[in-house]
Amino acid sequence: MKSNTFGLGILKGLGVTMKNFMRPPITVQYPEEKLVTSKRIRGNEVLWYAAKCTGCATCAKACPQGNIEIVTSPGPENRRTVEKFEVDTGRCIFCGLCVEACPYDALFLGRAYEKARFRRRELVTGIDSIQFSEERQPSAFARPALESGLPKQTLLVYWDRPRREGGQKLAWLPFKRRGKKPKFPIGRSK
Amino acid sequence: MSLRTQELLLNVGPQHPSTHGVARFRVWLDGEVVTNLELVVGYLHRGIEKLAETRTYTQVIPLTDRLDYLCSMSNNLAYCTAVEKLAGVKVPERAEYIRVIMAELQRIASHLMSVGFLLNELGAYYTPIIYCFRDREKIVDLFEMVSGQRMMYTYLRIGGVSQDLPEEFIPALKRLIVDLRKAIEEYEALLSGNEILIARMKGVGVLSPELAINSSASGPVLRASGIKWDIRRAEPYSIYDRFKFEIPTANNGDCYDRYWVRIEEMKQSLNIIEQALKDLPAGEICAKVPALIRPPRGEAYGHIEAPRGDLGFYIVSDGSIAPYRVHIKPPTLINLTTMKDLCVGWKLADFIVIFGSIDVVLGEMDR
Amino acid sequence: MTLLNQFIQWLDNYWPHWASYLTAAIIGVLIVVIFVVLGIIVVIYLERRLLGRFQVRLGPNRVGPEGIFQPFADAVKVLTKEDIIPAAADHWVHWLAPVVSFIPVIMVFAVVPVASGAIFADLNVGVLYLAAVSSLSVLGLFMAGWGSNNKYSLIAALRSVSQMVGYELPIVFSLLAVVAAAGSMSLNRIVEVQAAVPMFLLQPLGFIVYFIASLAEINRSPFDLLEADSEIVAGVHTEYSGMKFAMFYLGEYGHAFGASCIIATLFLGGWQGPFLPGFLWFLIKALIVFFIMIWIRATMPRVRVDQLTAIGWKLLLPLAILNLLIVAMEQIFWPGVFPWVLVGINALAGLALVLLIGRTVTIRGGRVEV
Repeated sequence: MKSNTFGLGILKGLGVTMKNFMRPPITVQYPEEKLVTSKRIRGNEVLWYAAKCTGCATCAKACPQGNIEIVTSPGPENRRTVEKFEVDTGRCIFCGLCVEACPYDALFLGRAYEKARFRRRELVTGIDSIQFSEERQPSAFARPALESGLPKQTLLVYWDRPRREGGQKLAWLPFKRRGKKPKFPIGRSK
Repeated sequence: MSLRTQELLLNVGPQHPSTHGVARFRVWLDGEVVTNLELVVGYLHRGIEKLAETRTYTQVIPLTDRLDYLCSMSNNLAYCTAVEKLAGVKVPERAEYIRVIMAELQRIASHLMSVGFLLNELGAYYTPIIYCFRDREKIVDLFEMVSGQRMMYTYLRIGGVSQDLPEEFIPALKRLIVDLRKAIEEYEALLSGNEILIARMKGVGVLSPELAINSSASGPVLRASGIKWDIRRAEPYSIYDRFKFEIPTANNGDCYDRYWVRIEEMKQSLNIIEQALKDLPAGEICAKVPALIRPPRGEAYGHIEAPRGDLGFYIVSDGSIAPYRVHIKPPTLINLTTMKDLCVGWKLADFIVIFGSIDVVLGEMDR
Repeated sequence: MTLLNQFIQWLDNYWPHWASYLTAAIIGVLIVVIFVVLGIIVVIYLERRLLGRFQVRLGPNRVGPEGIFQPFADAVKVLTKEDIIPAAADHWVHWLAPVVSFIPVIMVFAVVPVASGAIFADLNVGVLYLAAVSSLSVLGLFMAGWGSNNKYSLIAALRSVSQMVGYELPIVFSLLAVVAAAGSMSLNRIVEVQAAVPMFLLQPLGFIVYFIASLAEINRSPFDLLEADSEIVAGVHTEYSGMKFAMFYLGEYGHAFGASCIIATLFLGGWQGPFLPGFLWFLIKALIVFFIMIWIRATMPRVRVDQLTAIGWKLLLPLAILNLLIVAMEQIFWPGVFPWVLVGINALAGLALVLLIGRTVTIRGGRVEV
């Protein structure tokens, strides 16, 4: 086909690329810099609040795959004690249907996402690794009461603009530069 | 004396850098010219339709996420539309507006990705992909804010949406619309005037309107051939009849027009989102349906304008808590039936570009 | 008098001539090989970092401070990989192909003047040597394509042969125009002639034609059909792993570095420049040309093979021949005129020619009736 622009379109494209060359990169140097995740993140763990749970197993019925295994026995004061509450996080797809189904707000999804293990059987979490703790914090998915206590999410929309327009300063040069490490988690902003 | 030649059978196999997944083609080549083509499906078949028969209606929603894994919101919307038609559930107003905003944002994200990968197949070495992904990342951040995950959102429920919009959502969305308009202009400056792109894509793989209608193509593939058929206008679902938007169509039906239609659709989606934001009412976000919903016996077909075409769900219910049969009509597989007529006579390089411009996602094709 | 010749003369005081010649030759070859390999390593690192910056991301920056040891890490990885040869491949052809495609890359650097007097062989037919040697690598690529027993490699090899052959002529005609303007084929002389005005100002059209044609010769974007990632998997080096793949990889970047050195020598004035030593100016100019090559790679999609040959034969070849005609006429009729006048005339003539040829040439290439 004949072209009557003689390569001007290509030159315009080269200009766009050069303009992007001058922009600061948007790479995040994990693990030194971590982004703040959403308040409702469906992280890789299921957390259980033992005091509120009555052993009704609504969550086990709501799970599409049957990952939750609950064994209860009759206990004092006409309540049931939960002897075994096991969630197979290896098979879990973290859809959160169990969290939504729980009528007593006793089940939560966690916020951690670095839960890789070397053995598949270590991913099956029993009662001792399913309760709240320092590393196991609940997220606000389907639990609106928790939303106000969690930090704000890092949004690329606010982040990807020059500093003078109010964008956040990202330490895009590597962490070993002049001996100063950036403070993380970045994104704690206005 | 003439040379004795033989056709070369090339297997553009399941493992290939540009088959968008595990699509497999058997291509007969005469030199570099494609003479015949055969599609082999089934490399990503997971039995979603069969799995859906053993799950309750709400438990099928995570399954539908994983159909066209790049457009989870649209898949959820199609399924929920079908079940609500079957069960006669009325969705509240706020939920409808939120659904429209999510579906249109998903359309923009999907088109960004398809434009980026089309250019990767043309050979622009990942640069358009990264530019498009930078803007898609902004959209996915918003989805993460609302639903908690970046890919399989499982956000819609039968009768509405599962959680309300957080308060940071709307200011971020307004900022995003401004960013996206600038970004789309940048893509047009980078790509639409590029002579190499025009030489590679104009006139290549022309889909005539008759062939498009006869093979039930849908989506941008159909509209690039000149036929103005958009389900949002033709058989409106949800509240699309309240919004003013245009349906971009092109005349030629070649690869360049399919690319151009997608860019224009992104701009129209931004218009719809702005109108929806202006009118967003307060109210409930989900209708009161029982947890184990039992639709009456019967069947329903609900279809929407997914980013890739006409995605439909055909659901048969026998009155119990699980559907009796779920059939998914995949737009990608039906669009791909035109491949042979589009590709014969073009070269191997063009075959890859035509495949990229039809915009396939294997999860939807093989279910 | 090049540095090596001075060295031979000095050694002649102590040893018989054949011994000093042999020693100087071996030392010279070693220096050239080390220079080439170091240059390739720098170029690989720069390409990955700069391509990353064009794509709004960082390049590799973990191995060593700012990632400068990344090419060494790549080399170690590639050396420790298993060398797989397909069972039905042609063993000797498959084995020889990387060697045949890497050696011409090093041979090109024998005639490039890096600083004043620092050249390995001051041939008085340097340009002819360049044109001859740079077309040898086609053979290596074709051997790789055939010897792999893989249909993708075969398609890639056939494409590459048509590509290389088609772009030899525009290169040779642009080189002839440079030779006509400089009056000699020796690269040293061409650099010295550019003391007043660098050649790319004197012949802008020739510069552009040579640049585009050498992009096609070294298989870089937008003409990288040989290793078209998206169509033919990895093209010619699909079936190579380990050190053989490393030879192809080095050869590709060596070609790119060599082409930028040659363009810097022929068109940008080589090692000449104020204040800094000649060696640094040479490197700066070569790296500027390489930066432009990276910039083009980051922006443009690839052309199709029939469009590629159409560009070579229908667009670049007439431009190169007309450029040669204009330069030759200027040399015959106005041999001693002030160079800046020629700059103006050539710029206008180049613009006019580009517009004219752009209007008349169509790069067709459409559907074939089957």
